[in-house]
Amino acid sequence: MSESGFSTRLVALTRKETRQMLRDRSNLVVGLVLPVVLILLFGYGLSFDVKDARVTVVLEDSSPTARNVVSGLQGSPYLAPSWVTSMAEAARMIRAGQTDAILRVPIDFSRRLAAGDAQLQLLLNGVDSNTASTMEGYVAGALAIPTQQLADQAGNKPTAAPNITIVQRTWFNEAGESTWYLVPGLLVLVMTLIGAFLTSLLVAREWERGTLESLFVTPVRPLELVLAKLAPYVVIGGIDLIMCLLAAKYLFHVPMRGSLPVIIVSSLLYLMVSLSLGLFISAATRNQFAASQMALLTSFMPAMMLSGFVFDLRNVPVVIQIISQVLPATHFMGLIKTLFLAGNYWPDILRDCAILALYAVVLIGLTRRSLRKKLD
Amino acid sequence: MSDQNLTVTVENLRKTFQGPDGGEIAAVDGISLSVQAGELTALVGPDGAGKTTLMRMLAGLLKPDAGSLRVLGIDVAADPQSVQDRISYMPQRFGLYEDLSVQENLDLYADLHGVPHDERQERFARMLEVTDMARFTDRPAGKLSGGMKQKLGLACTLVRSPDLLLLDEPSVGVDPLSRRDLWKIVQQLIDDEKLSVIVSTAYMDEAERCAQVFVMHKGKLLADGAPDALSKRAQGLTFTAATPVDMPARQLQARLIDVPELIIDAVPKGGNVRFIRQPEAEQARLNDLLDGTSVEPRAEELEDAFMMLLREEEGETETKTTPKEELEKSAAHTAKDDGKPVIVVRDLVRKFGDFTAVAATSFDVARGEIFGLLGPNGAGKTTTFRMLCGLLPATSGHLEVAGLNLRSARAAARARIGYVSQKFALYGNLSVRENLEFFGGAYGLSGKALRNRISASIEQFSLDPAAQSGILPAGYKQRLAMATGLLHQPEILFLDEPTSGIDPLARRAFWRTITSLAVSGVTIIITTHFMEEAEYCDRIAIQDAGEMLALGTPREVREQAGDAGADMNSAFIAIVEQGRAARENKEKAA
Amino acid sequence: MNPVITYFFRTLALFRKELLALVKDPSSRVLLFAPALLQALLFGYGATYDLTHVPYAVLDHSRGATATQLLARLDGTGVFERVATLTSSDQIAGVIDKGDALLVVSIPSDFEARLAANQQAPLQVILDGRNSSTAGAAAAYVSSIVTSYNQTLGNRSSITIVRRSWFNPNLESRWNMMPALIASLSMIQTLMLAALSVAREREQGTFDQLLVTPLTPLQILIGKALPSIFIGLIQSTIIFLIILFWFQIPMNGSVWLLYFGLFCFTVASVGIGLSISAVSLTMQQAMLYTFMLVMPLMLLSGLLTPVRNMPAILQVATYVNPLRFGIDIVRRVYLEGATFGDIASNFLPLLAVAAVTLPLAAWLFRNRLG
Repeated sequence: MSESGFSTRLVALTRKETRQMLRDRSNLVVGLVLPVVLILLFGYGLSFDVKDARVTVVLEDSSPTARNVVSGLQGSPYLAPSWVTSMAEAARMIRAGQTDAILRVPIDFSRRLAAGDAQLQLLLNGVDSNTASTMEGYVAGALAIPTQQLADQAGNKPTAAPNITIVQRTWFNEAGESTWYLVPGLLVLVMTLIGAFLTSLLVAREWERGTLESLFVTPVRPLELVLAKLAPYVVIGGIDLIMCLLAAKYLFHVPMRGSLPVIIVSSLLYLMVSLSLGLFISAATRNQFAASQMALLTSFMPAMMLSGFVFDLRNVPVVIQIISQVLPATHFMGLIKTLFLAGNYWPDILRDCAILALYAVVLIGLTRRSLRKKLD
Repeated sequence: MSDQNLTVTVENLRKTFQGPDGGEIAAVDGISLSVQAGELTALVGPDGAGKTTLMRMLAGLLKPDAGSLRVLGIDVAADPQSVQDRISYMPQRFGLYEDLSVQENLDLYADLHGVPHDERQERFARMLEVTDMARFTDRPAGKLSGGMKQKLGLACTLVRSPDLLLLDEPSVGVDPLSRRDLWKIVQQLIDDEKLSVIVSTAYMDEAERCAQVFVMHKGKLLADGAPDALSKRAQGLTFTAATPVDMPARQLQARLIDVPELIIDAVPKGGNVRFIRQPEAEQARLNDLLDGTSVEPRAEELEDAFMMLLREEEGETETKTTPKEELEKSAAHTAKDDGKPVIVVRDLVRKFGDFTAVAATSFDVARGEIFGLLGPNGAGKTTTFRMLCGLLPATSGHLEVAGLNLRSARAAARARIGYVSQKFALYGNLSVRENLEFFGGAYGLSGKALRNRISASIEQFSLDPAAQSGILPAGYKQRLAMATGLLHQPEILFLDEPTSGIDPLARRAFWRTITSLAVSGVTIIITTHFMEEAEYCDRIAIQDAGEMLALGTPREVREQAGDAGADMNSAFIAIVEQGRAARENKEKAA
Repeated sequence: MNPVITYFFRTLALFRKELLALVKDPSSRVLLFAPALLQALLFGYGATYDLTHVPYAVLDHSRGATATQLLARLDGTGVFERVATLTSSDQIAGVIDKGDALLVVSIPSDFEARLAANQQAPLQVILDGRNSSTAGAAAAYVSSIVTSYNQTLGNRSSITIVRRSWFNPNLESRWNMMPALIASLSMIQTLMLAALSVAREREQGTFDQLLVTPLTPLQILIGKALPSIFIGLIQSTIIFLIILFWFQIPMNGSVWLLYFGLFCFTVASVGIGLSISAVSLTMQQAMLYTFMLVMPLMLLSGLLTPVRNMPAILQVATYVNPLRFGIDIVRRVYLEGATFGDIASNFLPLLAVAAVTLPLAAWLFRNRLG
């Protein structure tokens, strides 16, 4: 009797939650449209890959030699050089935000080149530090060949000195494309946002509208409420997961070196964590505004900024590392990047999945506790 | 065994909450009572009596601080779930899922209570029939009128036959027709299934139906017994005074109720005034007061006994009515009576899509008149109100308030009206003073003028300026809303169901304020579901389905209802039903 | 009384009420200011692209002096930390997969011999590319160390490039990130506050009460907008002070210009928030629509990646994003010491957004359908 009561009630509650979710269009907009927008923005919009970086060349020395040296810039696919004659003009451009760097060829360039002691000045706008250091590399690379040739012509014999060269191999992401690591991270973000934005309002709304009081005085058990509230959002999360995976594979061609079932299982585990975290916040605060703020602060913003999504955790102070280890998102972020780019690495998979499962169980337990049928 | 027949036994029950100042407030303070099975039992009492707290403890939603509480023989505090499996509870504001349809709400609760499918069809059919909602099963609950929501809430509560039914103020804000339907359901279940019911209510006619009535006050039990036995307290003290022909009943009523040492209570009814005299009142002074109006004794009722009990308890402090002069001073003096109507409504129409909320409505309201707008829930009263106040554009028709259409008039014109909306619509997290300061400022008062008006209002309505307005008891919230609406001394006051959910005592004080304002020249438009309150009005209009069914003085309206018009309540029901029958005939003919 | 003064007092009454309602209870006060403080500190430390710690492993088959010297240079940077010394190439996968090492330096057995023969001696660097930007930065770092080591071996180029960077001499990414946070962190909350302000009153029924007062839509607009703008600027100030005094990033520009920029930016955000608020029926809708907007606004702002790296069509879309121009104004005034003339063009889009959204919101107050 009580067994069948459980399943009847669970089905009834799940049906109710599903209907409510489907009837409010804003739920579906956030649950299904926002992920698509994010997929497209992350895939196409966000890129650390500098291209057409604006570098302004100040040719104070207009000798053919000098022209020859800087001509290398035009061949670079990453740089968009422009030419001016005075340093003042170039400085004005950098201030007005019309250029990102200045390459100054000093007036004594040719003379000093003959003496084997020539200098070029590269002035970078360091505000965007990342672009600036990347540009430095590009400029140096673009100038390397003409400088070498010039040096050769200038009669400086190729030195017979020993020379160490680097053979670089980047595993997992040979071309160093940022999409490859942004897209798996996006999966984390999308799973997080459903919990943070949608389930965080669910219980608080029922408290505010007074519907829980009526529901409490029925044979309903707290666990049934929790499970029924999770169910429809697991489906939404599942759809989002499929969209993300398809986009990763067919739109952005991110490799999937780990096995697909493992990716799906671990994603669903994290989805449960994220949804139950939202639900717990909702049940604990009983207030929609506070719940959404808490969810934003404790789950969404940290998942974006502190989980190793774009900012590498190896570079942050120990305290921040400890904080980030507390976040479930960090564990899933590491796992999913490995699964996509590296492959099945079982010790990690088992450890991270165990952590996620533990989080899910604890959070569901806590939510259930805070839904004890009491008004005070 | 008599014990077998008790559904609820309560001993020395106590529940305290933390007050805003950190002190403890005992909501239920050492109550002992027992409730018989198979009977209808009522809890009555003014705001803050502890009725809701007691109900919630019975339902296992609150844990008692002390005392014992057994429901259906089970210790609720120890095992709330076993109780919740067997009882049904309808909270004051039933939590319908507004985005789900009527049918979906019913199905949900039927599933939760594990009602078998074959049983459920029969039961739903019966519920929908009695509540007259069979046509609306696909409509989202949020789109139902207040009365229908309440009926649906009761239907959801009653998807199965519980061992005990708890109803917490089921008829607040519900029109007389829906109220009749609600009670029809409950009565049927009592008759057919020997249901045990505990109901809390502010309507004494509802309490009168019950086998047992408990009168609560400030967390304590004041009296209990069968309604007849309780009524006996007022025996020999109840009379009806015939109002002289040229005098509105409310004028005589005001005169009587202003002398609490002689008169316990007075209300206008059927054009006359019913009153209760103080047992010790000197006959000579009473005769002076009555000034030759003819007085007949009448049979005592539960309401009389209830009013007596409360007056004894509350003492002089609470019953202090505002001195008339004070109020008259507070009203607008600038208003000149030029004999023209203050409000003119001609052929007013409002449509939402293809639904006509207000159809071709016309009426005038004269200066200083109290105009009552009555009608079942969803009849279009609130829509009419919102159009008058300029909150909603009219689809067509002409509309003038103090010579202007407020929707298009300059902002300053709105300073001439005051508006008290249906639900408490002030800022709950601000204090009483802060709310008054804000609205005063919004109406252009500032500096000394503002301070003077605020202190006058605080005194006039006996408010605590530091209290947080959101957690005031309903009666005080309503006072604050009135104080806010009157702060800028408007010429016209709009009141939308101001007395919903307010106990009889507070309603007396409220109406005393209203009648004084009218005397000082303020025009008042009011809606209410308490039909006896219509007796205070100079004229009333009855609306249903957007159409005007009756318009005139209370006496004229009662006469329009013919034989059914013995009192306002039955007159109202008769007129609305006649109107509905006529409409159905017209539809059939078309 | 003077109508101008009355007008002013009425608006002031609403402004006071809005502010009071916001800061009245302690929990909402905490919710208004603590997040800005906390996030500024957390992200100040956490949001960095700079390499500070590169764990690496060595597989040295040569066991020669040159390799030892080179590795000593690596260790001497303070950034590279040797976490493992491998003995066979089979172990490489282990340390990389587990994430123990970001890179492995593999030195072949003929390394010393080739150098001795004045030949090119290849050195293998294997990188974990899961975070491509960290991997790229680490590779560049290793290569610069090797280049400078080569110079000690006698390889001198006749042309040297002298690098100087303006406004951020050490190219620290924190300098880039933190000023941007002044605008972005406060935007999330101002948007939300503004979005909830009208929606909350509609849901609680107080908006009708407000509309029947003589307040004009313009007064309601001003009364609703100012508190959100005010709170937004306070949050910006908190973050600004943390950056200036805690992280000690030098401020080069005019504080007045910075605040003028922040004010225009906040007005535009509040305009968007109030428009959301005016179309929403419930708080829930207002919140969800805000979330829906916040994400794209953040991503298309240049906060994480430069706007110039985006495809052309998205770059066009950023013109309606106040955050893009807010961040640009703050970064340039703060770090570059830009004058009004330098950044004047940023104000146009901000004012345009405000000029559309604010009147729209005011109109919607009264005319929202339904």
